[in-house]
Amino acid sequence: MIGLSHYLILAAILFTISVVGIFLNRKNIIILLMSIELMLLAVNINFIAFSHYLNDIAGQIFVFFILTVAAAESAIGLAIIVLIFRNTRSINVDDLNRLNG
Amino acid sequence: MIEFKDFVFYVLSFVLIVSGLSVITSRNPVTAALSLVLAFFNAAGIWLLLQAEFLAIALVLVYVGAVMVLFLFVVMMLDINLDKLREGFWDYLPMAGFIGLLMMVEMVMVFKTKPFNLAPIAEPISNTSNTEMIGNTLYSNYVLPFELASVVLLIAIVSAIALTLRDRKDSKKTNPADQVAVKRQDRVRIVRMKSEEKYIKPKAKERT
Repeated sequence: MIGLSHYLILAAILFTISVVGIFLNRKNIIILLMSIELMLLAVNINFIAFSHYLNDIAGQIFVFFILTVAAAESAIGLAIIVLIFRNTRSINVDDLNRLNG
Repeated sequence: MIEFKDFVFYVLSFVLIVSGLSVITSRNPVTAALSLVLAFFNAAGIWLLLQAEFLAIALVLVYVGAVMVLFLFVVMMLDINLDKLREGFWDYLPMAGFIGLLMMVEMVMVFKTKPFNLAPIAEPISNTSNTEMIGNTLYSNYVLPFELASVVLLIAIVSAIALTLRDRKDSKKTNPADQVAVKRQDRVRIVRMKSEEKYIKPKAKERT
């Protein structure tokens, strides 16, 4: 029988995959953004699993807000990527040293 | 004997994990974006198993329909050098694999403890649909966060347009700052010349 821990472990595996993805694709901003989306998806699975097993609808409301914020974040992130590409002709993270941080 | 619902869960989560791995390892960003579409679709299936029907449909509509199309647009619009971006991919693999394994083992250990071992509950007590329940809660207890979310979306629209807006090259618009900054020397040239005895009508190009 599938219990809460099954869903939590699935979300944990997905979260770990996206963390490893951020490590591996350090140079490619687009894949970095995709890894962040995957991470948010794992968190949302946790929220919905708890909402189902504790019979509390508030978890699903939070997922609703997370979806909103994630959509806004990816839209702005992609706009910034387009701007970076227009200025430097590349999306390599190593080329983004304008600010000399 | 394995139940059909459990079987569906295992199939969906297997495809979800495989497509997640494909997102982070694929060479081509287009392949990665399409794998992410598959991952979102399977996650929507898992949410359906958890009886979150509204959010499952919203995930398919918002993510697969809008956000991933945006990603694909951007990936195809940019002309990127893939080999340069893959540099050092395998160098980081041992470190990343170690940290990832450590994180996963720790999280699984936590989730195996007693408090997370909830049995599945029986059918929900209320007889209303999932969408109706979300609507009732969203528009009563969470109405201020809901309005804040709309402000967040508005800011996202404005900033995305403001960031990527570019003036047309043949635009006839004048720049007021340039007009104010004009000096007399830029416009008027005084030429000293001898006065002439007989009036000759000046040609157009000699007029200064």
